[in-house]
Amino acid sequence: MSVRASERTRAPRVVEDEVKQTAAIEVNDLTVAYRDAPVLWDLDLTVPSGVLMAIVGPNGAGKTTLIKAILGLVPRAAGEVRVYGGPYSEQRNLVAYVPQRGSVDWDFPTSVLDVVMMGRYGTLGWLRRAGQRERDAAMAALAKVDMVDLASRQISQLSGGQQQRVFLARALVQDARIYVMDEPFQGVDAKTERAIVTVLQSLREAGSTVVAVHHALQTVPEYFDWVALLNVRLIASGPVAEVFTDENIRRTYGVPVPRANGTAAGDMA
Amino acid sequence: MTPIEVEIQAIAVVVAVSCALPGVYLVLRRMALMSDAISHTVLLGIVLAFFVTGDLASPLLIFGAAATGVLTVVLVETLRRTRLVREDASIGLVFPALFSVAVVLIARFAGSVHLDTDAVLLGELAFAPFRRLRAGGTDLGPMSLWVMGGILLLNIIFIAALYKELKVTTFDPALAAALGFSPALLHYGFMSVVSITAVGAFDAVGSVLVVSLMIAPPAAAYLLSDRLPTVLVLSAALAAMSALGGFWAAWLADASIAGSMATFAGGTFAAAFLFAPGRGVIAQARRRSRQRIDFAQLMLAIHLLNHEGTPEADEENREAHLGRHLRWRPEFAQKVVRRAEGRAWIVRERDGLLQLTEPGRSAARRALSVEV
Amino acid sequence: MELVRDLFFDYTLRTVALGAGCLGAVSGTLGTFAVLRRQSLLGDAISHAALPGIVLAFLITGSKDTLVLVLGAAVAGWIGTLLVLSVTRATRIPEDSALGIVLSVFFGFGLVLLTYTQTLPTAAQAGLDRFLFGQAATLLMRDVVVIAGLGAIAVLVVALFWKEFKLLAFDREFGASIGFPMRRVEVLLTTVLVVAIVVGLQTVGVVLMAAMVVAPAAAARQWTDALGSMVVLSAGFGALAGVSGAVISASAQNVPTGPTIVLAATVFVLASMAFAPRRGLVWEAVRRRRNRRVIRADAVLEDLYELAGQHRGVAHGHAIAVLETMAGGRRDVRRSLAKLQVRGLAVAQEDGTWSITPAGLEAAERRGRIGADS
Repeated sequence: MSVRASERTRAPRVVEDEVKQTAAIEVNDLTVAYRDAPVLWDLDLTVPSGVLMAIVGPNGAGKTTLIKAILGLVPRAAGEVRVYGGPYSEQRNLVAYVPQRGSVDWDFPTSVLDVVMMGRYGTLGWLRRAGQRERDAAMAALAKVDMVDLASRQISQLSGGQQQRVFLARALVQDARIYVMDEPFQGVDAKTERAIVTVLQSLREAGSTVVAVHHALQTVPEYFDWVALLNVRLIASGPVAEVFTDENIRRTYGVPVPRANGTAAGDMA
Repeated sequence: MTPIEVEIQAIAVVVAVSCALPGVYLVLRRMALMSDAISHTVLLGIVLAFFVTGDLASPLLIFGAAATGVLTVVLVETLRRTRLVREDASIGLVFPALFSVAVVLIARFAGSVHLDTDAVLLGELAFAPFRRLRAGGTDLGPMSLWVMGGILLLNIIFIAALYKELKVTTFDPALAAALGFSPALLHYGFMSVVSITAVGAFDAVGSVLVVSLMIAPPAAAYLLSDRLPTVLVLSAALAAMSALGGFWAAWLADASIAGSMATFAGGTFAAAFLFAPGRGVIAQARRRSRQRIDFAQLMLAIHLLNHEGTPEADEENREAHLGRHLRWRPEFAQKVVRRAEGRAWIVRERDGLLQLTEPGRSAARRALSVEV
Repeated sequence: MELVRDLFFDYTLRTVALGAGCLGAVSGTLGTFAVLRRQSLLGDAISHAALPGIVLAFLITGSKDTLVLVLGAAVAGWIGTLLVLSVTRATRIPEDSALGIVLSVFFGFGLVLLTYTQTLPTAAQAGLDRFLFGQAATLLMRDVVVIAGLGAIAVLVVALFWKEFKLLAFDREFGASIGFPMRRVEVLLTTVLVVAIVVGLQTVGVVLMAAMVVAPAAAARQWTDALGSMVVLSAGFGALAGVSGAVISASAQNVPTGPTIVLAATVFVLASMAFAPRRGLVWEAVRRRRNRRVIRADAVLEDLYELAGQHRGVAHGHAIAVLETMAGGRRDVRRSLAKLQVRGLAVAQEDGTWSITPAGLEAAERRGRIGADS
């Protein structure tokens, strides 16, 4: 089980610069393959501390795979991931994951509050039960996403935007320094989108780092300050102002996605 | 071989092939467990038909049982559509319930008749030759052989006549709907054929074997071929082999023929699972280790390409550093470098620096489909 | 009443009811997770795959002791699950086919072993086939102790690892991301599921055990939206099905226990699906009809309003036929008019025609301002 981080004080901005020297996430030579066909090739990516970074690219570009590879959810063919200088497996408690909404069955019998409390299971460890402290932490997180009134609502009765906010609250309750999100704005209403952006920006103000797979190019300059353009290879990454150019976008989207070796399952003549 | 042994084997082969043919579509349409469900619920149909006709040998039994098979499908669909239970749970609710009703009815009302629930599972293939078909005083052979032969014919005709329709609805339901086939009609027609087959086979070999013959040989064939006609033929062949092999093993060990045939069917699947060229586990492992080396050479080339001309190149493009950055064990890195050298993709300079050659560079670029 | 007395004083009935009740409670508990993870039919496969394990356990140890046989069943069930997993992971064979293969082949092999033991000089095998259909009537107190004991362990594991199992069922990847070894959690849950299934084989048999895993949980789901309540309810339904099945089968002639238990459980599911509040189909239908009637009544009111405007007078009566035509020929205009009359929005004249009341005028105008669909 993960080691508990001993200190979580927010360092004042001056000292933060020193901390900023250590990148929040550093990916080196990452290669991920699926059934011997490459999905991510030799990727070098640095996510500086305290940024709001978008990962964009066409379908099949490997964006979700990159997220999952960082979190150790898919096996790596090569390369490594470091979080604040240490291996991910030891720094796990600094990272919170917000998966795609479609990754769970929302008909599961559980309430909003219950889902958010699951975010605390990591700190509880094996066998220990969730108690009042976890409840309070969950309610606080729900307050940040404006979902307190819906705390006892069954999750099947939630709208898309509400579901997304529940997942966000589940991440917030983990007291992490880095938030890794997969398409957090996909299929949510405009009001929720603005609310989420506000939360992310407040996270950044507090010194956290956010990395999000983003599906809408037009809002990248508005919501994010860093961007990584991905299409199996990393095309470019850096501050939005420098890197989010027409040329780079063309190179990312205009280039054919490398074909996977072998055909997919189930094809019959 | 005695005539009886010949007859039993003939029945076994006919049963096996009749089951395997529709089984191909069950496997491809992901309806394998419906065969399990139907093979249990047809017992209820047999019982009800028996109550109506009072005659165990009546052909009405087959229709009654086939109707129950379709009823099973309908009930499962209905449950699923309420959206209160999922499909897998629907199946798990319907067939035990219907089967229970059948068992209770048998125990209460038909206990005196030889409608033995053990026979449900095991069948009595050994006794099949003793029920003969007689016409005008001549013995035409075992009844089971005629019945099952008819069912085999039915299966072949169904599949042949509706070959295109079955194919389209199996692989591309959207296209089928667009072309105007009624997939529902075909679906229920198909399930009727499956039920009739299950009933006929039931009588000879019991419900267990029906499932194993409907699924295992087609699954094995699916691992051996990509083409539908080949899969159909292979399934039939493998099913026949299981029937014959199973029969002889049971005859020698004096054990249940049905169970033995099921075991052989499982054996053919296990063999395909392990040894199928290309899709078998062993072939996969071999291909994976070969590809890992090929793959690694490509990764090396791309790694060199990425760092070419950069200030870190001097440090990164060395064999020693491959271990660190690509996380390769030194022996593996050595093997990869040597292979890449052998293909003239890289050259190793005197100070240990690795350089891409033109073929190496174009190989890397091709893999990435990047224009420069 | 006599039945209830028998329940307490008749040794056989008491034993069977106790055993069946325990089995129902345990399978209900574990079945909740199987159903939620869409693995209902894994239970079917495990129970069929257990057969060769039972026979082999007997062949190897020579003992027909329940505990020994259950152990053999568990090992075989476990191996079957592993095979299903490896086939699914390594090839393009879909999961349901893998389940079907393991189910039927293991079972067939079990039958081979069973019939082989029949040829052995030790005619003791006669007791083994009770696992096929279950012979609850032959349950001894010792067997019940085994069921209750193993069952209690299974339930205890669920209680201890509650949040880990909940993570596994709801969002496995998230669980992995916060540091839990989800594969190991899955192994634990599968093991406990195997145990829950094999303890029930003696009572309801291999063929019917699948239902005991699915039905109580499916029933419970209709009544609650909380996982904890669902598990408790599921255990309750399972236990109730077990006991009532035992009692009913004891009171009737020639009614085998196993199927009766399954039928009781099925009745619970169907009743739950029909009558549970909120999800129940009966309430759903009632609600829909009520809505439809309200909508139709509103439409008739609108028609009356329009007619009143055309005829410049609230008092003018309109024939029902006219209203029916405006309603597109639907016949329940009369019922709608009756409802409107009750609400004081329309009134019937002596000559059988209907007109709108001033209150009705107001209501129609209000609706017009808010919009047709508010």
